[in-house]
Amino acid sequence: MTTLSIDHVSRWFGNVVAVNDVTMTIGPGVTGLLGPNGAGKSTLINMMAGFLAPSTGSVTLDGATIWRNEQVYREIGIVPEREAMYDFLTAREFVVANAELHGLANPGEAARKALATVEMEYAQDRKVATYSKGMRQRVKMASALVHEPSVLLLDEPFNGMDPRQRLQLMDLLRQMGSDGRTVLFSSHILEEVEQLASHIEVVVAGRHAASGDFRKIRRLMTDRPHRYLVRSSDDRALASALIADASTAGIELDWHEKALRIQAIDFTGFTELLPRVAREQGIRLYAVSPSDESLESVFSYLVTA
Amino acid sequence: MSTVYNPTVARLTYKALLGRRRALILFALPLLLLVISIAVRALTGADDSTASSILGGFGLATMVPLIGVIAGTGAIGPEIDDGSIVYVLAKPLKRPTIILTKLLVAIGVSVVFSAVPMILAGYILNGNSQNLAIAFGAAAAVASVAYSAVFLLLGVVTRQAVVFGLVYALVWETLIGNLVPGARTLSVQQWALALAQKIAGDGSAVSSDVGLPTALVLLAGVTVVGAWFAGQKLRTLTLAGEE
Repeated sequence: MTTLSIDHVSRWFGNVVAVNDVTMTIGPGVTGLLGPNGAGKSTLINMMAGFLAPSTGSVTLDGATIWRNEQVYREIGIVPEREAMYDFLTAREFVVANAELHGLANPGEAARKALATVEMEYAQDRKVATYSKGMRQRVKMASALVHEPSVLLLDEPFNGMDPRQRLQLMDLLRQMGSDGRTVLFSSHILEEVEQLASHIEVVVAGRHAASGDFRKIRRLMTDRPHRYLVRSSDDRALASALIADASTAGIELDWHEKALRIQAIDFTGFTELLPRVAREQGIRLYAVSPSDESLESVFSYLVTA
Repeated sequence: MSTVYNPTVARLTYKALLGRRRALILFALPLLLLVISIAVRALTGADDSTASSILGGFGLATMVPLIGVIAGTGAIGPEIDDGSIVYVLAKPLKRPTIILTKLLVAIGVSVVFSAVPMILAGYILNGNSQNLAIAFGAAAAVASVAYSAVFLLLGVVTRQAVVFGLVYALVWETLIGNLVPGARTLSVQQWALALAQKIAGDGSAVSSDVGLPTALVLLAGVTVVGAWFAGQKLRTLTLAGEE
């Protein structure tokens, strides 16, 4: 059993705090590290991968400090976000080189197995430079798996993959998780995490915003208050008709925008209420737009929840 | 596994060095030296002081440092730039082993591409009269060692390694080193010339501003400090911060 522990870790770059007092434990199975771009996911993964020292706090693998400890790489496989590999090599040469660098007894055989796992044998003798993004991703996977690590860290592994490649990689990661390996991947896309990870860790603006079962966090996300911007033929009348209903929590007349800002607490109730009230009152709706559907606002709601 | 040399790291390094377009310079500069030598020999005949000024003025002052820049920075800089170094770093390998291996490859490549053509050019120019071919060949070899270490370090610490390397090689070694007498003491080229002077003998066409013992100590010092510092820098190399 292999456990990654992040204990009161902060990391700053100059004056910018990238990770702010994060504590989390990642055990066997697939864990998704979810957060908007710039939330500090890569910084966290880089610290877990030993490429970055925490400014304060500790990052350990089964109790062993990761920073400046090259022996941990016997247990860790890393799939970096960046594209570059040794492009002048063929996939087979590249994976064999990785196996040799690990000091494996039979690098050729280990590479063969790893390339078979990611189904890249058909193109293994072509130069990496000629590969598509999805193919590169799979070769990166093979290089990370070649020494059969118990921990696999993947930084935004689905970026730039087509849907079929995405499903393939998801199957592979699920398989690795159910084999008892500790698999951690980062993503800024809710659906990816939803499909793959049973356990998720959410980071927003460098802080650890939520942790736990996906369904629980998803419910938090749907149940949050929704904000709408509404323009109509009679904003005042519409406001007074809506405020009486339990599905709205607050309505504001925005003179500047010439519109209503409505906060709804019951998502389904409100979406039925608004058109009904408008029809009954004979009010024309010109615009109804959710004003905080961005992922960032969903996340920041989670932070305050 | 050896702690100074890792054959896989070496293979990746020299493939990267010789596989990039920059590698063309590695072939072009020695070729240019040989072409010049053949032309000079054909036009003016064998002459010791002409030979010395070509081997010293173009060979040691320009070709050797440029090849040092290409080999030294190229052995690690591009990998750090594009991030592919992670595949070497995320392995149970000591970081100083990685640096030493890359240094050995850089030295090997720069010796092959600078000392060997230097000897050939020496023989073409004056048939090794006054031992000039051997003297400059040896000077190119020791200069290559020091340049490799310095430029490898530069490749680890800065992303503009090639620019800094070129500025050092061309402005410092070639221009200031030839114009400002004091600066010559702090020039790899002059240290290497001290060895050439020793081999060619006093009264030959070669002279250096630095005594041989000082030169050798400085060459060794620069090499060791450069390699050690590069190893330290690589230990704490951070690959993040792009978010």
